[in-house]
Amino acid sequence: MTTLVRAAASYPEATEGELSPALRPEARVLFDARRERGGSATLALEAVSLTFGGVAALRDINLAFADGSITAVIGPNGAGKTSLINVITGVYKPDRGRIVIRGQAYARSPTSRLAALGVARTFQNLGLFKGLSTFDNVASGLSFAARSTLVEQVLGVGRARAEAAETRARTDEALELLHLGPYRDRLVGALPYGVQKRIELARAAVASPHFLLLDEPLAGMTMDDKAEMSDFIRSVRRRLGATIVLIEHDIGLVMSLSDRVAVLDYGRKIAEGTPAEVQANQDVIEAYLGVPHPGEEG
Amino acid sequence: MSRATFSPFAGWLFPVLAIALAVIAPPLLNSDYLFEAILLPFLALSLAGVGLNVLMGYTGQLSLGSAAFLAIGAYAAFNLNLRVAGLPLPVTIVVAGILAALVGVVFGLPSLRLRGFYLAVSTLAAQFFVQWALTKFPWFSNDSNSGVIDAPKLEIAGIGFVSPLGRYYFTLAVVVLLTALSARLVGVKTGRDFAAVRDHETAAKIIGVPVLKAKLVAFAYSSFVIGVAGVLWAFAYLRTVEPAGFNLDRSFQILFISIIGGLATIRGAFFGAAVMVVLPLLLARASSALAGDGIDSGSLDMIQRIAIGVLIIGFLIAEPDGLAALFQRFVNGLAGRVRPESSPAAR
Amino acid sequence: MGDFDISFFIEVLVGGLLSGVMYALVAIGFVLIYKTSGVLNFAQGPLLLFAALTYVSLIERGVSPPFALVVVFAAMALIGIAIERTVLTPLANRSPITLFMATLGLAYVVEGAAQLLWGGQVHALDIGVSDTPFDVYGVLVSKFDLFAAGVAGLMVAALVAFFQFTRVGLSFRAAASDSYAAGAIGLRLHLILATAWIAAGFVALVAGLLWGARLGVQFSLSLVVLKALPVLVLGGFDSILGAIVGGLIVGATEKLAEVYIGPFFGGGIEIWFAYVVALAFLLVRPAGLFGRVQVERV
Repeated sequence: MTTLVRAAASYPEATEGELSPALRPEARVLFDARRERGGSATLALEAVSLTFGGVAALRDINLAFADGSITAVIGPNGAGKTSLINVITGVYKPDRGRIVIRGQAYARSPTSRLAALGVARTFQNLGLFKGLSTFDNVASGLSFAARSTLVEQVLGVGRARAEAAETRARTDEALELLHLGPYRDRLVGALPYGVQKRIELARAAVASPHFLLLDEPLAGMTMDDKAEMSDFIRSVRRRLGATIVLIEHDIGLVMSLSDRVAVLDYGRKIAEGTPAEVQANQDVIEAYLGVPHPGEEG
Repeated sequence: MSRATFSPFAGWLFPVLAIALAVIAPPLLNSDYLFEAILLPFLALSLAGVGLNVLMGYTGQLSLGSAAFLAIGAYAAFNLNLRVAGLPLPVTIVVAGILAALVGVVFGLPSLRLRGFYLAVSTLAAQFFVQWALTKFPWFSNDSNSGVIDAPKLEIAGIGFVSPLGRYYFTLAVVVLLTALSARLVGVKTGRDFAAVRDHETAAKIIGVPVLKAKLVAFAYSSFVIGVAGVLWAFAYLRTVEPAGFNLDRSFQILFISIIGGLATIRGAFFGAAVMVVLPLLLARASSALAGDGIDSGSLDMIQRIAIGVLIIGFLIAEPDGLAALFQRFVNGLAGRVRPESSPAAR
Repeated sequence: MGDFDISFFIEVLVGGLLSGVMYALVAIGFVLIYKTSGVLNFAQGPLLLFAALTYVSLIERGVSPPFALVVVFAAMALIGIAIERTVLTPLANRSPITLFMATLGLAYVVEGAAQLLWGGQVHALDIGVSDTPFDVYGVLVSKFDLFAAGVAGLMVAALVAFFQFTRVGLSFRAAASDSYAAGAIGLRLHLILATAWIAAGFVALVAGLLWGARLGVQFSLSLVVLKALPVLVLGGFDSILGAIVGGLIVGATEKLAEVYIGPFFGGGIEIWFAYVVALAFLLVRPAGLFGRVQVERV
């Protein structure tokens, strides 16, 4: 599916059944033309190793995330799951190995170009902008694509005007998808934790990314919130058709949602396969599954 | 006015009323002292505070060298006026501001890539270097002794702004203009980037916000505004300035204005400047009332230092959003409303 | 230009290095606080001034030097504890910039209090070592500079030993790494912070006496500390070794620049030269020579 078509399919029709002005073909060119084209739609890690002052966070990781699939990365705490995402997003530079994004290999993932490459993520400890409203937080997910100059923005003319309109339209659609309408103009710092997690998901999804990296999107939530959030993840998945990498402790969600599961333990990949395969894997069972994690609701 | 929405028209009532008051009231009070000692420094310092707020409050970058940009603005305007024949005053002011912005970028560039206190060190470098250069090189002050300059008359297209009232209106116009521009700036897309950089720089970088560019723009714009404030300071208020007046204490004064007034608000600068201008006067009155001539000016200075220090610490602990937030709560209380959203998480 | 006078060069260099040791001592006061609480303590300078001023004023009133030292040290300790209770604890979870600004406010309070208490005149301070030069292989070295360097060197050695080899020192480093975790394993954060501030106060006392003897005890003493900032940039904000090396570099290059480059500009470049050196250094090695590069946890 090309980016254009996917973007069109990703959001529901506007209320009256008519495409809003900002989503008409001419306007869409503004954002989609910015995306870097070419190369296969793959995301992969090749022989990646990472150490922090003597502690090996990742050891010789080889993982490929097939286009359009959902892969869950699970493992006990400290297994290296967040480090994995941090390596993919260039927060850490691996000591060895490469990151492959859309056919291009990198020794260190180009953090500031990730959004243009179609990579988006959420953060384990929330990376929201507490001093901004929900709307502004989600809209900042589109910041990378803007080409207007400061003068144009201040005067409200030219590209700035069109971009602001498009940003507004796409942000509102993302807010609607995740039922965040009521919180649109509220400062995120004052909102409940579960809602903040949803806002982060909206921010990651708003630019219709190819690759969505979700770092423990359900962490710290109540049972009800988790069920609701799982539905939201499913609906984002349905709309975007993106390749999703999901780090999660909730095995139920992992098993029901993912196509493939990779298991990490002490920085090493100890198993990979379909949920059923992984569930039956002896190594995995010994390392992780079947042993109730203290404090988990299961 | 809520920070949640950045619509330029939200909360326009207060500024419009304030401007109306500022235009109508002072002439009625008919006091030169009011202009010379209170309103002119208040306006110039407020503008400097607005500039610094954009950098510190909205973008979260620390600058300790604001006085250097005040100085550059003042001396640049002086030299432009002196050496470039027939340059209209508005152009002089804008170019002076741009020069301040350029110098700012030169000193700031090495540190803007980094985090932490590096920009503070850079801006201190600017502070010391600029003060030294203005004293050392007579060219800047037209060969005067120890860098003192006398500002020319304020005049646009033959209309002079010489009297205290005239200078006041001129200053008011410039301040209103740049304040409005700043308020607009923090509400557009780039302004949103500023806040993202402030609140979570790493996350901002990862999601694609142009972090370095945002910091550069914030710093350049901030230096520009402070440079213009410097022109006002020299041309409209003091009219005779020397490098010593743009020392570290002046930089701290502007910093404190921003903190006391409320960092992430445009109007905070005005509250803060009001305090910083009025406090010394109040203290002087209070001391002569309480102790007659018993307290000498040196001790008074020290008491003032302590008072300011205590205020800073007090505000940071108790009301990090400054006087602007206190004022907002006061107004809400009067209107009988309870705001559903709390003030932004203390940073 | 005539022959290059090598002995003069060495003289200037040595003078600069010795001066640098004194800068290092001031910088160490900063490092102590930064290491334990991540705060850049701008009040270090005024504390220096306060210590020197109190000592000198006591001496002038006929108090014997050893007793005066004890009194001043006790006062610095009390001030350190007071600062920890009234300023640091209420601001415990705030951003480093907020804490820095609080130390700015603190600086103003201490400065004002010091001068209010003891007056604003310049005091001469005699610590029994005069500034007479003596000859070392044809190079003139100031006796005072040597003595100061010796004292500073001793203090530095003691502090390094303290951090590396004692239990309290270890807990300091733990607190700096992760104050939350340190608290969780039972380290008494209050105690650690208070100790750090007392230690910094002690350093301020020694540095204050040395600098006061050299420059005279006056208001501008609190500005000497501003030179410590380039030292920290060069050496790393959290490294004592870095403070030493950085101090030496700053001291030496500053003196050399003043003597050899200064005349072209009419002198006075000492004011800003160290800062510009630090800036240039930032372009090449941002973390400083010995500073630890902060690993961002996302």
